[in-house]
Amino acid sequence: MKYLDEYRDGQVAAKIRAEIERTVTRPWTLMEICGGQTHSIVKHGVDRMLPPSVELVHGPGCPVCVTPLEQIDKAHAIARQPNVTFTSFGDMLRVPGSHTDLLRLKSQGADVRIVYAPLDAVRLAQEHPGREVVFFAIGFETTAPANALAVTRAAALGVKNFSMLVSHVLVPPAIAAVLEAPGNRVQGFLGPGHVCTVVGYRDYERLADRYRVPIVITGFEPVDILDGVLRTVRLLESGKVGVENQYSRVVSREGNPAAQRLVASAFEVCDRKWRGIGTIPRSGLRLRPEHEGYDAERRFAVDTLETAEPSVCISGEILRGLKKPHDCPAFGEACTPAHPLGATMVSAEGACAAYFAYGRRRTQEMSR
Amino acid sequence: MSEASGFALSCPLPITTTDRVLLGHGSGGRMTADFIARYFLPAFRNSYLDRLDDQAVLSIASARLAFTTDAHVVTPLFFPGGDIGMLAVNGTVNDLAMAGARPLYLSAAFILEEGFPLSQLERIVESMRVAAKAAGVLLVTGDTKVVDRGKADGCFITTSGVGVVAHDRDITAAGARPGDRVILSGAIAEHGTAIMAARAELDVETPIVSDSAPLHELVLAVLDAGGEIRCLRDPTRGGVATALNEIARQSRMGMVLDEEQVLVREPVRGICELLGFDPLYVANEGKLLAIVEPGTTDATLAAMRRRPEGRDARVIGEVVDDPEALVVLKTRVGGRRIVDMLPGDQLPRIC
Amino acid sequence: MCLAIPGKVIELYEDHGLRMARVDFGGTVKKACLEQLPEAGVGDYVLVHVGYALSVVDPAEAERTYRFLEQLGQLDELDVPEEST
Repeated sequence: MKYLDEYRDGQVAAKIRAEIERTVTRPWTLMEICGGQTHSIVKHGVDRMLPPSVELVHGPGCPVCVTPLEQIDKAHAIARQPNVTFTSFGDMLRVPGSHTDLLRLKSQGADVRIVYAPLDAVRLAQEHPGREVVFFAIGFETTAPANALAVTRAAALGVKNFSMLVSHVLVPPAIAAVLEAPGNRVQGFLGPGHVCTVVGYRDYERLADRYRVPIVITGFEPVDILDGVLRTVRLLESGKVGVENQYSRVVSREGNPAAQRLVASAFEVCDRKWRGIGTIPRSGLRLRPEHEGYDAERRFAVDTLETAEPSVCISGEILRGLKKPHDCPAFGEACTPAHPLGATMVSAEGACAAYFAYGRRRTQEMSR
Repeated sequence: MSEASGFALSCPLPITTTDRVLLGHGSGGRMTADFIARYFLPAFRNSYLDRLDDQAVLSIASARLAFTTDAHVVTPLFFPGGDIGMLAVNGTVNDLAMAGARPLYLSAAFILEEGFPLSQLERIVESMRVAAKAAGVLLVTGDTKVVDRGKADGCFITTSGVGVVAHDRDITAAGARPGDRVILSGAIAEHGTAIMAARAELDVETPIVSDSAPLHELVLAVLDAGGEIRCLRDPTRGGVATALNEIARQSRMGMVLDEEQVLVREPVRGICELLGFDPLYVANEGKLLAIVEPGTTDATLAAMRRRPEGRDARVIGEVVDDPEALVVLKTRVGGRRIVDMLPGDQLPRIC
Repeated sequence: MCLAIPGKVIELYEDHGLRMARVDFGGTVKKACLEQLPEAGVGDYVLVHVGYALSVVDPAEAERTYRFLEQLGQLDELDVPEEST
C-alpha cells in the first residue's frame, strides 16, 4: 500500500536507528503526544530499537482515555433510555464509567451501535425516524471536522431525531499542562501529526517558544516515528528549540483552513476535565449556542449525575509521563484490559493497554 | 502519589464481575478461555476435555475415532465466498482434520427463526450438500427446531462430526517442542474481513472472499509425507494469534514469529488498516497451522504446496523454550513485540 | 489516536450537495467526504480518518523526505533537510 508500506521498511528504519545512535551523547526524555503514535511504537517494537539513553514517555494523547467520567456516565444514562439508539466509535464501548460500560448496557438490551463515521449516525437517524439517535462525539482536533460535519449536515437536512454528546479535547493545553507540572522530565516532543493536518502547527511554535522545547510534528508509521525521534534528538543535542515538520507530506504550517472554518462553525472552545489529570482551562470543544438543539446533554437532561471517583490508579502520572505502566502495582494484576481500573488501560492505545497487549509486563529487556 | 498544582487523579470503579453473558465471551479470545474454564470445565472434567483440542480422539473397540461439535451463528448468513451452510460443513470437517482424521459422518441441528424465508433455507441446504460432497462426508442425522421471531438471527446451525484416525500419532496442542517450526498454509484474515465487508453498515467495496474450505486432504497429504507432526490447528475465530497462543499455553512453550513471512493480501490489509484491525487476530476458515519437528519442515512444505489450498505455505516461526509461553513477533521494521490473546473481540477504532 | 490512512481517489461524486469520493485502500474501496479538500482530484492520495479526508498527500514532499532517509549514513556530513514551509 502506497505511502504506508515504505514507512515500515526495515532497511530504512535501521539506517535511522544507526543515525540516532551516532547523534546521541547523553540521555534524553521525549514524549509522543498521540495515542496512535504510542500504539504504533509498541506494535512495531520501535522503542526497543532506540538506544537506552533515549527514553520515550507516552503522553495524554488518547481522547478515549481522557474523556471525563462525567461524560461517560452521561453517555450511559442516555444509552439506557428505551427510545434511544446510541452510536459511538468502537473505542468507547469498553470504557468503564462509574457503574457500567456500553457493552454491558448492550447486553442488557440497550440499542448501542458502532459507527465508522459520524455521518453514518446522521444517516441512521434519517433511516429510523422513530428513534432518537445520539452520537458520542469524542476526539482531538483530528476528529473535530468530521464531527462538525455531522451536526451541520443534520441541520442542513432537517434531521430532528439526531443529537450529539460532545466531549472533544484539544492538544496544546495538554502539552502546556505536562510542561508546567512539577517533576516534569520531558525535554522534547513528537507532535501529533494528524491533529496538525487540520490545525497546522502555529500553536506548537508558540508552545515551543514559550516553554523552550523542541517539538517535531511526526507521523505514525515506524519510519516516521524514528525520523521524528532523530530530528528531536538532533535539536536537543544542538540546544535548539522550535518546531520541525517531519510529517510534511500531509502537514503544512497553516493546516486545512476550510476544515478549521467548519469546526469553528459547529464548536467553540470551553474548559474541559481530563480523566486522570483534572480540569484544563480552554482545552475542550462544545457545541456553539446556535446548535444547542443538537446537544444531547440538553435533550436528555443528564447533568445531575453522581460520579464516583476513588483514586487507586496512577493514570494521571502516566498520562503526564511521570511514571510508566509497570510502575503501577495494579498493572497486569487487578488492572488489565479485561477489567480496567483506569483511563490508560481502557483504550486500546492507552499506554497501559498498549504495554499490556504488546507484552511489556516486565521491566527487564526481552532477551530474544 | 502526590497531588500537584490542582490536578486530581481520577479512576473508575473496577467492574470485576458480570452476571450476564457478554459478546466477548464468544469472541474466541481470553474471555472465552476464562469463561470455559470457569463455567464448563469444572463440571465435565476428564482427560479428553482437559486437552482443550478442537476435537476429541476416542478409543472405541479397536478404532480411534475423532469427534467434534460446532455451533454456527454467523451474521450475515450469506457473504462473499460462502454462507453459513458451507461454513458449518467445512468447519466440522476441519476440526476432525486437525487430529489427522478422515472425516466420515456429520449431524446437523437447525434452529430456525419464525419468519425466516424458505428460499434462503434452500440456498443454505444446497450449499451444505455441495460442501459435504466435496469433503466426502455424509450427513447422517439431524434435528430441526423453530423459535419465535427475534430469538435467532434467521438460522443457527450446530454440526457434529465423526472421523476415523488411521494413524497412531498423537497430534495435540500440547505437543510443541523447542526448535519446532511453525508452518502456515497461506494468506490470512480473509474470512473475517469478508464477513466484515458483507455487513451493510460498513459500506465498503472489496474483492475479498471467505477462504472457507475443507482441509482434511491437505492434512492427510502432510501426514503421508512422513515425519514428526506435533500440532495441527485451523486458526478460526481469534485468528493465528489466538491459535498459536493456545498451543503455546498447552505445550508450555514460547514462540518467535517473523512478521515478514505472514502473508496478508493487499485488500485485506486495506480493510484492516481502515478499521484498525490486526490481521493476526482475524478469523480464517481455510488455513492450516502445522507445528513440525525441524527435520520434517521441507517435506511438509512440499506436501502443502502441491495442493491448491497450500500453495502459499511458509515457515512463519519457531517454537522456543519459554516457561511463560509467550508468543513473540519480530516486526517487519526490525522491532519486537509480544502477541498476546485479546480479551474479547477486536472493535473498530478511530484512535 | 487519529487512525488515518492514505488511499487513492478513484471517483468523485456528490451526495446531496456534499463532495464525496470513492477511495481505494490497497484494493478495498471506501467512501470518504472530501468537502474540505476542493483541490483533490482523481488519482490523488488522501489521508482518511473516520470517513473524512483530512489532507492530500504531497508526492514531491514524500519523495524528498524519504530519499533523504534512504541516504542516511552515506553522507559525510550530517545535513538536516531544508524545510519547505
